[in-house]
Amino acid sequence: MSWETVIGLEVHCQLNTKTKAFCGCSTAFGAEPNTQTCPVCLGMPGQLPVLNTVAVDKTILTGLAINAHINLESKFDRKNYFYPDLPKGYQISQFAVPIVEGGYIDIPTKDGGEKRLGVTRIHMEEDAGKSMHEGLDAVSHIDLNRSGVPLMEIVSEPDMRSSDDAIAYLKQLHQLIRFLGVSGADMEKGQFRCDANVSVRRKGDPFGTRTEMKNMNSFRFIKQAIEFEVIRQIEIIEDGGEVVQESRLWDSVKSESRSMRSKEEAHDYRYFPEPDLPPLRVSQQEVDAIKAGMPELPGQLRKRFETEYGLSSYDADVLSQTRETAVWYESLVAAHPADPKRCANWMANELLGRLREAGKDLSDSPVSAKRLASLLDRVGDNTINGKSAKDILDDMMESDDDADTIIEAKGLKQVSDTGAIDAIILEVMQANPTQVEGYRGGKDKLMGFFVGQVMKASRGKANPAMVNQRLSELLKG
Amino acid sequence: MDIDVKKVAMLSRIRLTDDEAAELGPQLANIIGYVEQLSSVDTGGIEPTAHPHDAAMPLRANIVTNGNRRDELQAPSPKIESGLYVVPKVIE
Repeated sequence: MSWETVIGLEVHCQLNTKTKAFCGCSTAFGAEPNTQTCPVCLGMPGQLPVLNTVAVDKTILTGLAINAHINLESKFDRKNYFYPDLPKGYQISQFAVPIVEGGYIDIPTKDGGEKRLGVTRIHMEEDAGKSMHEGLDAVSHIDLNRSGVPLMEIVSEPDMRSSDDAIAYLKQLHQLIRFLGVSGADMEKGQFRCDANVSVRRKGDPFGTRTEMKNMNSFRFIKQAIEFEVIRQIEIIEDGGEVVQESRLWDSVKSESRSMRSKEEAHDYRYFPEPDLPPLRVSQQEVDAIKAGMPELPGQLRKRFETEYGLSSYDADVLSQTRETAVWYESLVAAHPADPKRCANWMANELLGRLREAGKDLSDSPVSAKRLASLLDRVGDNTINGKSAKDILDDMMESDDDADTIIEAKGLKQVSDTGAIDAIILEVMQANPTQVEGYRGGKDKLMGFFVGQVMKASRGKANPAMVNQRLSELLKG
Repeated sequence: MDIDVKKVAMLSRIRLTDDEAAELGPQLANIIGYVEQLSSVDTGGIEPTAHPHDAAMPLRANIVTNGNRRDELQAPSPKIESGLYVVPKVIE
């Protein structure tokens, strides 16, 4: 019997506004507990919310980037439940008429194609505070600095058919949101959190009963949780049981999920229109202005890098991962316009690799685009070979010297003089008569040995192309 | 109109005895019956009113206007530890 998995995702994404959704409190992360609160976000009686204009703009921008419809009039509702980190006893959200409806995210498929996954809606709402339980016996501690921080909730259609689909969707969405600059989307800080609705059915059947896996904030956990849940549901059904619709919590330590019974009772949210907020109206002109300011998106950038600079799809992908990487790459190309592919190779493989090892971000790279370009110029004009260039880059990571200074100081200038190269080759041949005989007897593979010996004898400075050419001539005898 | 008074009470975090629930049931049903008269009005062709004012929502600039008033704002709270509100345990 063939089973099919059906997954829909809800992503809660914190908008990176300076202030909260409905009051003038700071949203800065990491402040002393409860120092960024006011009567509005503490739910004191008689306080009125006033919506943050930038939160609206950022949600619209996100909607436009997924080709969604923007509702020029949308509404706010109250979602009622009791929890200590929700001081008002309700969350202001958008239920009946969200600001964004429709749209889609395209994910790459294994066969090199694309699969289109629908987005149902994006609505604005406010975050709750933070509850802390660790090390406490009979009590919990509440920090309300996060209470009222603006969120957008991005709800997908149940279009995903595997945990791989789900992760691909989340990665595309995560990248897009960071490109748009609407959220830090730092998963460890809870700025990008995911609920997964999972059900299984026999192929061709209607949807099965779904369960909701709550509040996961790592791609790895989401994948594990979905896979665990699929197996759990199939086992229940194959044993003749029925899946119960419920919320479940993923325990990343035990690698299993458990039912959140207490949430069940509270599931009756009794939504009703928020009487403190009139309808939100935006004009088509405002929407058009936001659209005009939209940055180039990752997909567009990747395609442009391939066509404009002739990059492989792999390099184009690596260099369009974040807006910062793309901007850095293009400033490198501007400083070393002779060879955009060389720029891509050196940035993607050498520089980013070294930064990763050093545990650094591109933003604190000790080597600037201009300095890397000064090195690539010397590779381009054959002053140094690739091997020396890598050593020089190592030095540049540790010092402020430019490429020419290091080349001079270390005497790394490439030897491209035929006489000098020939002399080294003859020396190597004299020292290895057996190999010379072997090569002449037809062992072509010994060429690699000779190249290695000559490069070593030249302390890596010989021009490799010339070494190859002169070796094959001199070895002929 | 049959109302699950116990459930409504639970959702509202109001503790009721069985006697109180029995007394409140018919009263709540009466209130709903009274309001239900509205459904006899023909509202065909009338736009739903989500809000009594026709005004659009005023928006707030994204500028920090509130400072740290923790001491003052926490003064009425029954229990505070290291600046955190202390509540009965709520872990799942």
